[in-house]
Amino acid sequence: MPRVVITGAGTINALGHDLRATYEAFANGRGGIGPLDIPDVDRLTNRVGAQVRNWTATEHFDLRGLSLYDRTTQFALWSARQAVAQSGLEFDDALALRAGVVLGTAGGGLGTIDDSYRAVYGEGKNRVHPLTVPRLMASAAVSHISMTYGLRGPAFSVSTACASSNHAMGLAYQMVRSGAAPVMLTGGAEAMLTFGGLKAWEGLRVMSPEACRPFSADRNGMVQGEGAAVFVFEAYKHAKARGANILAEVVGFSMCADAHDIVMPATDGALRAMRGALQDAGIGPGQVGYINAHGTGTKANDANEAAAIREVFGPAPPPVSSTKAAHGHVIGGTGAVEALACLMALQEGVIAPTLGFRQADPDCALDVVANTAREARVDVALSNAFAFGGLNAVLVFRRM
Amino acid sequence: MTQTAQTIIGIIAEKALLQPEDLSLETRLDSLALDSLAMVELVFALEEAFDISVPFNANEPGSEGFDLSSVGAIIAAVEGLVSQKAA
Repeated sequence: MPRVVITGAGTINALGHDLRATYEAFANGRGGIGPLDIPDVDRLTNRVGAQVRNWTATEHFDLRGLSLYDRTTQFALWSARQAVAQSGLEFDDALALRAGVVLGTAGGGLGTIDDSYRAVYGEGKNRVHPLTVPRLMASAAVSHISMTYGLRGPAFSVSTACASSNHAMGLAYQMVRSGAAPVMLTGGAEAMLTFGGLKAWEGLRVMSPEACRPFSADRNGMVQGEGAAVFVFEAYKHAKARGANILAEVVGFSMCADAHDIVMPATDGALRAMRGALQDAGIGPGQVGYINAHGTGTKANDANEAAAIREVFGPAPPPVSSTKAAHGHVIGGTGAVEALACLMALQEGVIAPTLGFRQADPDCALDVVANTAREARVDVALSNAFAFGGLNAVLVFRRM
Repeated sequence: MTQTAQTIIGIIAEKALLQPEDLSLETRLDSLALDSLAMVELVFALEEAFDISVPFNANEPGSEGFDLSSVGAIIAAVEGLVSQKAA
């Protein structure tokens, strides 16, 4: 079967507006969680988040475009622009006809929805912006990337809560591998740090009031972030023929369902997804040098994930970190942002740390890379996503 | 039994899929097989019924000083929050 490689990557998240800034934050153990700066923040119980700061959309897009771009779409387009530039791809007519886009998002244009509801319910207005529907639809970012680069092949969005990006990238991988498309732009985006979005999460009582501390015994919940990451997935032969710089290879993917509970995870689903991805890659557990965990910082997820990892990898599993403590939980975009930590480990031999870790938890008996980055030669990296509702998606990347 | 206590027992019974008479002040919450979502819904129902804010983090139930261990403990805790509001 054709091999699939990554030839471009771009991002914007609380750690920085591009790949380099994100890698530097990972390597230096710098986090992006802080006091939220959004309207009505004083009416929230939990007031921390990993916000994208100093983002001036007018510096990157013209006004005609911006009238159509929710913050989610802005993040996706900006990330795609970086990824395509890094890949060096020129989408000529023959390539553009077959190349496509698949992105993950859980909420779509939530900022647009929030603003519109505020106008009609809160402010008593009787009209909203005329482009509200094309701005808020979950597939808007996919369409705008497709239109920006003229990509006319398969294009769609995937929504599986916190696993959305991993499902999207897994599908992109399968499509390139199967020959359905020679190139797919893929990843995910989310911008849910709105008053309404955070109020909804607050209701579940799983948010930390102060910090995300994955796998730490004193963890007390998740912290939400926002942002995007987009990658160029390309058939290896295609990339090699044009002399492209290859960042890493995508070698395995597996998805499955817990069929168990709408919020509580099940060990069986997590371990089947990891095992399935390794089998798909034809790689043994012993070859994996880094696991980027789902690691939300909730009591339930982290203990469950640790149990599944130990089941799959045995009593001495590879180094594990959760970068959600740095960039926050980017929800539908989180798997894409976390894939960057896998790329950094493979390309630069540096494992991004789990910030905020204070105390080992016997329920999470893992080799947690805590607080400071670790140098290690990593040949294979695994990226976990275990969504609410028991929807699991795991990717395997290999060093080139 | 006060009206407050009766209301609270009614709310707990509804979330536990029981009749109010099935509960006593001594009934322990962990004997009612409430899952995490039912607990969150219970806290929400108490907040709505009495217009109070109950400190509760599902990651560490009880850590924020609101005693959810038994029916009697919940009644006392809610009465405490209601009287704070009046003060």
